[in-house]
Amino acid sequence: MLRTLANIFWLGNKEIRSVFSDVLMIAFIVWSFTFSITQRATGMGDTVNNASIAIVDEDHSALSRRLNNALYPPYFKRPDMIEASAVDQAMDQSRYIFVVVIPPRFEADLRRGRQPKIQLNIDATAVMQAGIGAGYIQNILAAEITKYLDRADRPASSPVSVVQRRAFNPNGTQKWFAAIVALLDQLSMLTIVLTGAALLREREHGTIEHLLVMPLNAFEIAMAKVWANGLVILVAFTLSMLFIVGGVLDIPMAGSKALLLAGTTIYLFAAAALGIFLGTIARTMAQFALLMMMTVMPMVMLSGGMSPVESQPAVVQPFTWLLPSRHYMAFAQAVVFRGAGIDIIWPEFVTVAGLGFVFFTASLLLFRRSIAKSQ
Amino acid sequence: MNDHTQPVARALAITHIYKKVRALDDVSVDIPSGQMVGLLGPDGVGKSTLLGLLAGARKLQRGSLHVLGGDIASADHRKVVGPRIAFMPQGLGKNLYQELSIEENLDFFGRLFGQARAERQVRIDRLTRATGLHAFLDRPAGKLSGGMKQKLGLCCALIHDPDLLILDEPTTGIDPLSRRQFWQLIGAIRAERPGMSVIVSTAYMEEAEQFDWLIAMTAGRILASGSLQDLKRKADTDNFETAFVRLLPGEQHRGKGELIIPPLEQPKGKPAIVARGLTRRFGDFTAVDHVSFGIEEGEIFGFLGSNGCGKTTTMKMLTGLLPATEGEALLFGNPVDARDQQTRKRVGFMSQSFSLYDELTVAENLKLHARLFHLPPEKADQRITSLIDRFGLRAHSDAKASSLPLGMRQRLSLAVAIVHEPEMLILDEPTSGVDPVARDAFWELLVELSRKDKVTVFISTHFMNEAMRCDRISLMHAGKVLINDAPRRIIASKNAQTLDQAFIAYIEDAIGETAQADSIASLAAADGSPRDIRGTPSPKQTRWGFSPARMFAYSYRELIEVMRDPVRLAFAFLGSVILIIIMAYGITQDVENLTYAALDLDQTPQSRAYLRNFSGSRYFTERTEIRSGDELESRLKSNDITLAIEIPVGFGRDLKRFGKLQVSTWIDGANTVRAGTIEGYVAGAHAQFLSTFARESGINASSAASGSVEPRYRYNPSFESIYGMGPSVPALLLLLFPAILAAVSVAREKEIGTITNFYVTPTSRFEFLIGKQLPYVLIGMVNFIILTLLVVFLMQVPLKGSLLGLSIGALFYLFASTGYGLLISSVTKSQVAAVFAGAILSMLPTMQFSGMLQPVSTLEGGAWLMGTLWPTTYYMHLSVGAFTKGLAIGDLATDLLVLAAFIPVFVLAAAAFLKKQDA
Repeated sequence: MLRTLANIFWLGNKEIRSVFSDVLMIAFIVWSFTFSITQRATGMGDTVNNASIAIVDEDHSALSRRLNNALYPPYFKRPDMIEASAVDQAMDQSRYIFVVVIPPRFEADLRRGRQPKIQLNIDATAVMQAGIGAGYIQNILAAEITKYLDRADRPASSPVSVVQRRAFNPNGTQKWFAAIVALLDQLSMLTIVLTGAALLREREHGTIEHLLVMPLNAFEIAMAKVWANGLVILVAFTLSMLFIVGGVLDIPMAGSKALLLAGTTIYLFAAAALGIFLGTIARTMAQFALLMMMTVMPMVMLSGGMSPVESQPAVVQPFTWLLPSRHYMAFAQAVVFRGAGIDIIWPEFVTVAGLGFVFFTASLLLFRRSIAKSQ
Repeated sequence: MNDHTQPVARALAITHIYKKVRALDDVSVDIPSGQMVGLLGPDGVGKSTLLGLLAGARKLQRGSLHVLGGDIASADHRKVVGPRIAFMPQGLGKNLYQELSIEENLDFFGRLFGQARAERQVRIDRLTRATGLHAFLDRPAGKLSGGMKQKLGLCCALIHDPDLLILDEPTTGIDPLSRRQFWQLIGAIRAERPGMSVIVSTAYMEEAEQFDWLIAMTAGRILASGSLQDLKRKADTDNFETAFVRLLPGEQHRGKGELIIPPLEQPKGKPAIVARGLTRRFGDFTAVDHVSFGIEEGEIFGFLGSNGCGKTTTMKMLTGLLPATEGEALLFGNPVDARDQQTRKRVGFMSQSFSLYDELTVAENLKLHARLFHLPPEKADQRITSLIDRFGLRAHSDAKASSLPLGMRQRLSLAVAIVHEPEMLILDEPTSGVDPVARDAFWELLVELSRKDKVTVFISTHFMNEAMRCDRISLMHAGKVLINDAPRRIIASKNAQTLDQAFIAYIEDAIGETAQADSIASLAAADGSPRDIRGTPSPKQTRWGFSPARMFAYSYRELIEVMRDPVRLAFAFLGSVILIIIMAYGITQDVENLTYAALDLDQTPQSRAYLRNFSGSRYFTERTEIRSGDELESRLKSNDITLAIEIPVGFGRDLKRFGKLQVSTWIDGANTVRAGTIEGYVAGAHAQFLSTFARESGINASSAASGSVEPRYRYNPSFESIYGMGPSVPALLLLLFPAILAAVSVAREKEIGTITNFYVTPTSRFEFLIGKQLPYVLIGMVNFIILTLLVVFLMQVPLKGSLLGLSIGALFYLFASTGYGLLISSVTKSQVAAVFAGAILSMLPTMQFSGMLQPVSTLEGGAWLMGTLWPTTYYMHLSVGAFTKGLAIGDLATDLLVLAAFIPVFVLAAAAFLKKQDA
């Protein structure tokens, strides 16, 4: 037992030195945990940001001018004024996501108590912007019309209003969520790349055979890689969380940092085990890279960072349940934004650890066979 | 064609430096033409560098070098003489394409030199008959024996009748029979074409005899040049190896006396290793075929054979790295068991590649192994100190293993293997690639270990003189052991002069006399074959020197290779199919099944009516009612609900009085996108309540002002995200996969060494790059068809617009994405770097900034810039336009133009970075 621990420790020690002697890998880690995160966090702007919009004003009234002035940055670009005949072509060319058409005599009809309709054309292929932006425009225009009519001494029209508040991110700052998702995505990708590549490098250099003829077993070799590479990423993660996410991007954290790190450690075990697993399947580094793409892309895209898990079709959900990244994403969001404690998020802990255990065991079973095959 | 009085090559003060190593140091020499010139010297003295420079494969750094009457440093001259030079680089079959058959390999080289089909056929026929390869025309190069690979390499070099043939160590590591045949073949070819100059390098000193003229090299300098007689006279000896050592400058041969091996004491008769009928098959290939032998304790036992004859596989079976298919192996009387850790402590192992950790220092390498063998710390320190002194590593003990010269690495490897004082050492070709002086020093250590420490040594080698030093040896050929005995008795048994001759005799016994007779006979027949086929003109070239035929030669070859690589093929097709299904369905912006709960403080019919607007919606899923403010908070926190609705006391009463009533909602704001969508849904449900309420209370409905904006969802009336994702995901896949496949393709050639063919043949950069690109564009187009069918039929997203426009767009896009891949691979050196750089650099702009989630126009700063300068943006736009918006080809023109503009940018950049010569 003690021997096993000593072996794992010394092998891991060597592993860490290998990582630090690989300049390219270090550069890649630094890039991923700094620039790549700030780009993704700030580059996206807000949920609706700078959306292109045009107005077809066939009314030319005071009200229509007010409506025009109600749409402004940062949500929307300043609206362009276009002709009704140009609408189809402009939307086909994706020049505008939204086109507002104010019909002739709109103001006059409104005053007479008729029911004129403003038409809002939405390019529904830009699904996310379209959905949220359309809601914004409807609210803005409605409020503007109400205000206009109020001033015109009409009675208050609404018996009840709704006040919407957001918990955990009161201003709905997109940056918060984007930064955390970016951080988690980089974590998944780098851990898998680092551990898998470490295993393949030893295989390509023949040093793994050397280890296997020594009194060491596959468990010790794999475990050493998991802890050493996991530790490197954990340190990078911690620094990035403190100085990039917490510092440069200034994103507040509701929950306990220690809890987040504990959960991250468990996830790192699972991700590193997955990396080892891929490393045992692939026979060359090129194959590993292709396999890595096939694994990392779904892991990143289906973890719930890009689209909420509960909205995924029922057919896909059982598959995504197998992704450790999905449980970790749920865990991290709960801790960072909602300030959840261990009493709430323990099921995610257990699931991630369980999945990690499965991947780890699978790679041990394949380990020797894969070495034999590599000849 | 050759002027015999002129030297074929003239070097003046050539110096070549790799990083810090001086491979060539002020070398000046005139190489006579029309002769067979030998370049002799141990490994690492600069032979390959000199040959590479002569062939124009390497870029000249300093000095001047004239080959075939012109300056080889000038690209124009290289273009002219390129077709007259043939170069076969070092390494078994290194310039051959392993997946291609013998015929396909030769055919490819023929195409590169612009030969017509009929001419190629005549030449291939003639060459393969002359070399005895004709019977194996369909066999892939990767499955040939070492000797056959070298013959094929020679055929490829001779396909265009060169005037200068440059062969870099063509006989290293092949069996003695093949070696002898190889030299006979060269002799026959020279007899047929007396004007041809041949320059050959070799590390075997005993081959010196057959050259007309010799250059002896050491440490980047020329030791001596001239005919063999001249050199022998100079050194006053009759043996070239001795002459060579005598010619070395003083300090290099210091202490080099004859290595004396004390005789083995009477063997104890206890077997250390026993192999009985050991067999290993890989698929239908038998690598080791019923091998049996026994090694006694204390012996030095040698395994002699060519590369790939099964030595390494046998050793791996003995160490438990590889399970045997049949037969058994015993170590110290116990069957080999991969889990048996006790036996492993008694064995030391050193593999071919000197498995050291390059990033650790000499002392650290030793320390790590001592720790892994659990030597007690004091003992370990003592042992390490003594090993460092004994192996002469003191001066290097703090140097990193990667910085050591090869000879030192080899000694360190041995030290590492014996750090735990094993009783047995298994050494797999420990001396390959090391110069003779270092090799002798290594043997001294081995002999000491064997005779003094009584360690059993099991060593494999392909050097005959090393085999002579063993107590007993096994001759191995094609997976079989031919004989086990003491080397001298083996020689005696065949009445031979040398071990070499005895080995040849045994191989001939094994394969039957006839094989050799055949090949010589056909050579004679080939002598009479017509040579006038040479009359065909050189390759058809356009004015810019671009030959489509050569380009297609590369495309054709690349395509064959990919088609024969199941792994790459699987990724190319299966990978994208799986990913499109997962991603198109999995990434959805349809926010549904939102869990919510109400905190209804009013509990009146009116409040319940208000809440019914939520419970009736498909977007919301109701959870049990909330009873208090604290509960509201904790349930949001635990992710039980994402939306909480609070209805104030007096809702029902005040509603009728038009009081200023406020309903509050709390939305989980962690995911900002989702929160934004929920806000919209809540506003919608609220508006619906208001209009129902207004109608029921008889108030003019128009006053519910929000009702006066009427949304029209264009292109996607049901507003489902599949209509956006279905056409978008192929844009990701058609970039990432073709780019990575293309990136690997060039880097792979650099790694394997076949890139040399590009260096030394008259192939231009564009022929090479576009030739490589075409197969991947083709694969990409097939992928495009599959993906489009999936989108239309599986995801039911109709293609409303122009199919032609979409297809042309895909074609342009694939040229751009493979162009990007080529650019990456022309910058990187290894496959790993190519794949990771290719994938990682492209993933961010492709997945995040190309408009899949957010239109590029809404991005900011660097993200916007990346999105704007990335082809995916335009193809995704085009694809969505063609599928969902139903655009005609004219409306897609802008995107098509932009996509087309990316192609020359990437390809030109790739060509600019791709070097036509090695460093």
